[in-house]
Amino acid sequence: MQNEIEKRLELKAPVARVWRALTDHREFGSWFRVNIESPFVPGQMAQGQITYPGYEHLRWQAVIQKMEPERLFSFTWHPYAVDPKHDYSHETPTLVQFRLEETATGTLLVLTESGFDKLPDERRADALRMNDGGWTEQMKNIERHVAAG
Amino acid sequence: MSRLASEAAAAKRRQHAVVCAALGDETRLSLVAALAAGEPRSIVELSGGAKITRQAITKHLRVLEQAGIVHCLRAGRHSLFRFDPAPMHELEDYLRRVSEQWDEVLARLKSLVEG
Repeated sequence: MQNEIEKRLELKAPVARVWRALTDHREFGSWFRVNIESPFVPGQMAQGQITYPGYEHLRWQAVIQKMEPERLFSFTWHPYAVDPKHDYSHETPTLVQFRLEETATGTLLVLTESGFDKLPDERRADALRMNDGGWTEQMKNIERHVAAG
Repeated sequence: MSRLASEAAAAKRRQHAVVCAALGDETRLSLVAALAAGEPRSIVELSGGAKITRQAITKHLRVLEQAGIVHCLRAGRHSLFRFDPAPMHELEDYLRRVSEQWDEVLARLKSLVEG
């Protein structure tokens, strides 16, 4: 059994289009809400300033792992790394993988994030504290919107 | 299956994964199942019917105690063990939040590529 998050998403767009949205650092930044400074290169760190409202004071960092064209894009990072004073570098990062498959109507995107069992307990507590009513409510709105669409 | 139903199923799978990752052992899993069913139990009660020794049960209970999943209560000369679901709930909550954040991020990716 694995300790991971998995999301499957049907996209009405060709694989090549989805691949570009994932791996072009400017396109990635537009939906991930981060101002990434340079192109993605496997084995290298990608970073930039978060552009999500309310979190603009934070830096985003990830290490690009694999870029197998139109098949697999992956990186490691520290999820919920929201405390600018905390050094997350000694913690084991989680692995995020985007897998693409061509379908009759476009592309099947399978996202997995794994490695949560290795996060220290104190960080899980942090993740709980950062939550507030407004954030939760906003999530629900978006979920309703997506479900209705 | 509707989106909500599949989300619920996925959440359940994640929950099982978390429980198993936290326990990682069949004996401990059965101890937790026994304790989660209700009243605090003694080692003697917990080892009833089990093929392993009380010493082994005690060792497993200590591992669960360290993880905060069970607590030891003194009752006279005996020790009773009580189940505490909080560590498992906390991990589940955390994963649910990360999962919700992905829903939001992926919805923006979807609008971009389908737009």
